[in-house]
Amino acid sequence: MTRELLIQASYLASSILFILGLRGLTHPDSARRGMQLAALGMLLAVVGTLLHHSIVDYRWILGGLALGTLIGYPMGMWVPMTAMPQRIAISHMFGALAATLVGIAEYYSHANGAAVGRAQMAALGFEVLFGALTITGSVMAFLKLQELLPGAPITFRGQNVVSIALFGCGLGLLVWLVASPAQPLAFYAMIGVALLFGVSLVLPIGGADMPVVISLLNSYAGLASSATGFAIGNDVLIIAGALDGASGFILSIVMSKAMNRSFTNVLFGAFGAPPEAGVKVAEARPVKSITPEDAAIQLGYARKVIVVPGYGMAVAQAQHQIRELADLIEKNGGEVIYAIHPVAGRMPGHMNVLLAEADVPYDKLKEMEDVNPDFATADAVLVIGANDVVNPAARNDPKSPIYGMPILDADKAKSVIVMKRSMNPGFAGIENELFYQPQTSLLFGDAKQSLQKLISEVKHAG
Amino acid sequence: MNATSLLPALYVFVLAGFVGFLVITRVPALLHTPLMSATNAISGISLVGSIVAAGSDQNQVATVLGFVAVTSATINVVGGFLITDRMLKMFRRGRPGGAAREATTTAEARAAKEPK
Repeated sequence: MTRELLIQASYLASSILFILGLRGLTHPDSARRGMQLAALGMLLAVVGTLLHHSIVDYRWILGGLALGTLIGYPMGMWVPMTAMPQRIAISHMFGALAATLVGIAEYYSHANGAAVGRAQMAALGFEVLFGALTITGSVMAFLKLQELLPGAPITFRGQNVVSIALFGCGLGLLVWLVASPAQPLAFYAMIGVALLFGVSLVLPIGGADMPVVISLLNSYAGLASSATGFAIGNDVLIIAGALDGASGFILSIVMSKAMNRSFTNVLFGAFGAPPEAGVKVAEARPVKSITPEDAAIQLGYARKVIVVPGYGMAVAQAQHQIRELADLIEKNGGEVIYAIHPVAGRMPGHMNVLLAEADVPYDKLKEMEDVNPDFATADAVLVIGANDVVNPAARNDPKSPIYGMPILDADKAKSVIVMKRSMNPGFAGIENELFYQPQTSLLFGDAKQSLQKLISEVKHAG
Repeated sequence: MNATSLLPALYVFVLAGFVGFLVITRVPALLHTPLMSATNAISGISLVGSIVAAGSDQNQVATVLGFVAVTSATINVVGGFLITDRMLKMFRRGRPGGAAREATTTAEARAAKEPK
């Protein structure tokens, strides 16, 4: 009895600590402290669980804890910040895998479903459904982000039909199982279907849509944990899973909104497909190119510079050079701020992490709504590896596929310097009017090398 | 779990979902990546279920599945909290006057590197 009370107390404490921990994340100054509280909560929950009366053998538990620590430590300490999107994607897989396996073990141990009640079956069903589709979905996302699979959407005829059929099939099996749980074949078939559905869900999704998908998988992994809590009657699992589920869900809404697209459109739209007829595609039109020398003169004397980073910055790993350039501009008396579009990069907050890694103070990283009025008064805007997020077509051209998407108002600045590898259109293959406007000049070349040239030119000028 | 214990569990789920919604909508976009890795670490709470499965000695299948589940949940807990902390350590407030900040920090860095 005392033991049971202790366990429940540890779960209550850890639930509170998780919520406090997440609350810490509402401000960068309290965030670290908050996460330490959450980690303490996790420790309490684990210690509490080890007291559980049905545990008779600790060897496998300790083995798993040791092996997990052995793998988890390098994954936490040594993975570079630039690999963060794929790191996050694969960790959704681990969370979902744990939940799914617990679900299978639970089902198997209850006489392969014969001793499972209907309510428990519903919980187990959701657990393995969400879990299994998150496992394969996350692996696909990981492979795409790690570029082991092409980042572009992989589509085939009738893909949506296949996806919807798989989804319907999984749901049908779940209903059938809840009606009569003792059908191991249906249970394992449902897991198989969910695994396939995860693949077919992520396969057609292109790199630029990854922020939505990663958030969605985050949510599913959370819901799988929560369903585990329902299945085994554990409140801390329900609470932590619900927090995760809510977080992933909110992030995917924020991301979808920032692209002006609905969930269904992201999941079934295959955005990166070649633009349809009627959409302006990039063609050879005259652009103004600029040399690093001239760009350096502009930037060196600018009073206010706004940097717009995009996925290209992450690819070129140019964040340190950007910071160095910004320091020089600031030394000359200018002000540099960074305009971060919510979907710049491959996951929510991608740009912020990279720039923070390069030692850019966080008060200079501005969100879209806050920074947009600033563009009109900026002397120069430096666009580095961003394209669609500064495309005025989102405002002006109702025929454009990105029409209606909120964008950064870079085109309102006095002068815009776009660093670009070549005149290839951006990810979505959409013409960007910004590049042809009179105040825009293009600095061609690898972003990192161009920045290095700029830095040495500004140094000489200063 | 049976039908009568489903309702209290649903209460817990719905209320926790609301709390999560209210807290997380206040997390700034600046910290969205750490938020993700933090919730990943917290989703390692599946560890609680995994430990019971691995240690209850119900049958060999449950033990082995439980072992794998403990391992992968631990990966998320250990890796997740470490990487979140690593990220959050990087978010620092700028000192007033950007250029001055840089001058002092590089001077400090130099002083730290080269003992006189």
